[in-house]
Amino acid sequence: MTTTTQSQVCVVIGASHAGINLAFALRREGWEGNIILYDIDKEFPYHRPPLSKAYLTSEEGTEQSLLFPKENYDDENITLKLGISVKSINRNDKSINLSDNTVQSYDKLVIATGARPFIPPIKGIETAQNLFPMRTAEDAANIRKAFNASTKKRVIVIGGGYIGLETAASLKKLGAQVVVLEREERILARVTAPIMSEFFTELHQSNAVEILTSKNVISIETKNDINSVICDDNSTYEADLIVVGVGIKVNTELAQEADLVIENGIKVDATARTNDEHIYAIGDCSYHYNPHYKTNVRLESVQNAVDQAKTAAKAICGQENVVYDTIPWFWSDQFDVKLQMVGLSNGYNDIVTRKEETKNSFSTWYFRDEELLAVDAVNFAKAYMLGTRFIKSGQLINKTKLSDTTIPFKPNSFI
Amino acid sequence: MAKITFITSNNETIIAEGTSGSVMELAVKNKVKGIDGDCGGVCSCATCHVHVNEEFWSAVGKPSELESDMLEFDDNVSEYSRLSCQLKVEEVPDGLILKVAK
Ligand SMILES: Cc1cc2nc3c(=O)[nH]c(=O)nc-3n(C[C@H](O)[C@H](O)[C@H](O)COP(=O)(O)OP(=O)(O)OC[C@H]3O[C@@H](n4cnc5c(N)ncnc54)[C@H](O)[C@@H]3O)c2cc1C
Ligand code: FES
Repeated sequence: MTTTTQSQVCVVIGASHAGINLAFALRREGWEGNIILYDIDKEFPYHRPPLSKAYLTSEEGTEQSLLFPKENYDDENITLKLGISVKSINRNDKSINLSDNTVQSYDKLVIATGARPFIPPIKGIETAQNLFPMRTAEDAANIRKAFNASTKKRVIVIGGGYIGLETAASLKKLGAQVVVLEREERILARVTAPIMSEFFTELHQSNAVEILTSKNVISIETKNDINSVICDDNSTYEADLIVVGVGIKVNTELAQEADLVIENGIKVDATARTNDEHIYAIGDCSYHYNPHYKTNVRLESVQNAVDQAKTAAKAICGQENVVYDTIPWFWSDQFDVKLQMVGLSNGYNDIVTRKEETKNSFSTWYFRDEELLAVDAVNFAKAYMLGTRFIKSGQLINKTKLSDTTIPFKPNSFI
Repeated sequence: MAKITFITSNNETIIAEGTSGSVMELAVKNKVKGIDGDCGGVCSCATCHVHVNEEFWSAVGKPSELESDMLEFDDNVSEYSRLSCQLKVEEVPDGLILKVAK
């Protein structure tokens, strides 16, 4: 295979977690041809998770958290074209049109376009002052700058998901007055069980972040640089800075216009290939089958971006029997709490919570009948690691023993 | 400046020199096979697991609670296991030898 890739070009749209890991994995798998990545973002490719965490509370830029060191791109002959966006894909002649009016042809094309923040259609949102989403290094830099410039430092976070809550915690550490407005009855409603929502609500409240639920923001009025955020129950909150974290929109437009199959994301097979044999889609933008859970999913996580990139690289290099088959994992840091999650909890009908003796350490185990689906571990990596092992092996667990904290936390204790 | 020797699972030896950052980052920079650093160094993926050569163990020191919790149920854990993202290049002994875990 390697002899035939020498004169080939692999073009990647999107130079972030998925695209960059794909490029380096291609080299590891023996791709000898050119690798060219395009991204609208001008920043040298960086890790996104720190943006809402350590980045906000430090003075440093993204050079502290590059995905790969600059030298490695030269060493591996990987070409980065930053600040250029891809306008369209021409499947007939296997080429893409670029924002600088040039055309680049490809032998293999990888779509790693991820997602962008969803900006809800709230009246006055366009004219609000110092309102930012949180997705790119530029967003985080804008938030930091506006925050530092503000004297009263009153922050409203619209949306109580992980990114909103992490941003709230980071700005609180810097001395902000923070209110989180969540439309649902509880924060993290889409992603965790009520017990986790309760825990994080208390964590934030004990750190003096206000968490307000059932708050549907309907308009923002801005006078003299001060925003009034108005909810449908007529409550109003003043803000010098607003962070919008209500979810994302998947970047599927390029694929859609090229007539690739779209279903809640770009539909791909077990090798991350789309319905065009020369085009792959990986990371946040891909809709794929998870063999362990026997269901189609679209995931937003570093794990998925990295592992699907490694899978696609193998397939592109011509390896056979390549199957994307992983147990998803994710983490979140808020104040002094580290949350680590493994598995997919969708469809659970039973929960076991195990509280450890040490303060603030516990784990929530999600089951569908007897099958362990997922584990959320709070300040307790042992549960995260053991949960991973049990989920992978399909181990049946004795739930009564699991919930009994007098039983030591060892693999054999729960079988 | 520390000089670190990585021995991969297929017995390839890579000698790397660094002045700052984590040992995981140094390994990625030097393309050490088996050290991926998938989570970016936040103790969540264990794809940076190494075994510290015994003679350096006391100089390197024990893992934190989070790190040892991550390692405890790892299939390839040894009494000299560490996650290399938690080791700072400027703090490890010069000449350190690390075996990449499987
Ligand atoms: C603030 C924040 C915190 C997070 N924290 C965590 C965490 O703790 N743990 C975790 O697992 N995950 C976390 N995530 C999620 C994780 O970062 C994403 O899942 C990951 O970035 C997905 O990678 P990707 O490459 O698929 O997509 P993206 O990172 O979205 O990258 C897509 C890239 O494509 C580019 N692009 C799109 N369209 C075009 C075009 N037409 N032309 C050129 N370029 C284009 C974009 O500019 C972008 O750089 C976090 C995300 C954010 C924003
Ligand atoms: S890099 Fe993920 S645990 Fe060390």
